[in-house]
Amino acid sequence: MEELLSVKYDVVSGDFIRGGEASSNLKKLLNQLGVRSDIVKRICVACYEAEMNIVIHSVGGYIEAKIYNDKIEITAYDYGPGIPNIELAMQEGYSTASDVAREMGFGGGMGLPNIKRSSDEFYIKSEVGKFTEIKIIIYFN
Amino acid sequence: MKVKDIVDALNLKVLAGGDGLDREVKGVYTCDLLSWVMSHGKQNNAWITVQIHPNIIAVATLLEFSCVIIPENIEVEEATLNKANDEKIPVLQSNLNAYEICIELNKLGV
Ligand SMILES: Nc1ncnc2c1ncn2[C@@H]1O[C@H](COP(=O)(O)OP(=O)(O)OP(=O)(O)O)[C@@H](O)[C@H]1O
Ligand SMILES: [Mg+2]
Repeated sequence: MEELLSVKYDVVSGDFIRGGEASSNLKKLLNQLGVRSDIVKRICVACYEAEMNIVIHSVGGYIEAKIYNDKIEITAYDYGPGIPNIELAMQEGYSTASDVAREMGFGGGMGLPNIKRSSDEFYIKSEVGKFTEIKIIIYFN
Repeated sequence: MKVKDIVDALNLKVLAGGDGLDREVKGVYTCDLLSWVMSHGKQNNAWITVQIHPNIIAVATLLEFSCVIIPENIEVEEATLNKANDEKIPVLQSNLNAYEICIELNKLGV
């Protein structure tokens, strides 16, 4: 399937002010493209949670979205510290968020489950000390 | 029901996002855990939260909430208000607590 458009946003560690902007920009783009609103919402939830995980848990990274006729493919990549136990991290309620992040309303341990639930395909890879990569696909129909 | 109707009825203070006062309100949601809000909040909800940092505007924008209501006269960060103005999301302050705000909104039929 032909790729229509691709965008890439840097995500900065600890930047709670700008955190969420990649997702907001992507949302505006999808609305312009006329993607169905319930689909846009699922994309927003997944993208926001992935973006905030990079802000809160990582040293920084990026979000890349590739838009095709029939689907969107989002990659959230960061440069570490990685996730030692992915199975544990995927469990609802599990969180290593700092006290500061918790006071701000993060750290429910719901982000990764939300991403998985919102997407049609979900892949997560990580290597401790190196990277975490989340790939999701959501279809438009 | 519009946001401005709620502002008038509950005597709320409009801290920012005055351009969004014509937004439609359908239902109320109250929770302070952001990823919980992300998965349960619905379009056009009025969102009651004690969180005051700029990220709440990202959440409100992504979910297309009609407004954010801050209870108990909590002061809101400047950066949050700036972002709310940019995104036209009304940020409203009340002297009531979250429970009392819900009661008043319920009386209004929201
Ligand atoms: N990009 C990442 N880099 C390193 N660790 C991560 C990353 N994303 C998630 N984790 C780990 O997985 C855990 C669970 O993530 P999840 O998003 O489900 O919850 P949370 O971010 O802690 O809280 P919430 O998303 O509800 O605010 C995190 O607490 C963290 O330990
Ligand atoms: Mg998270």
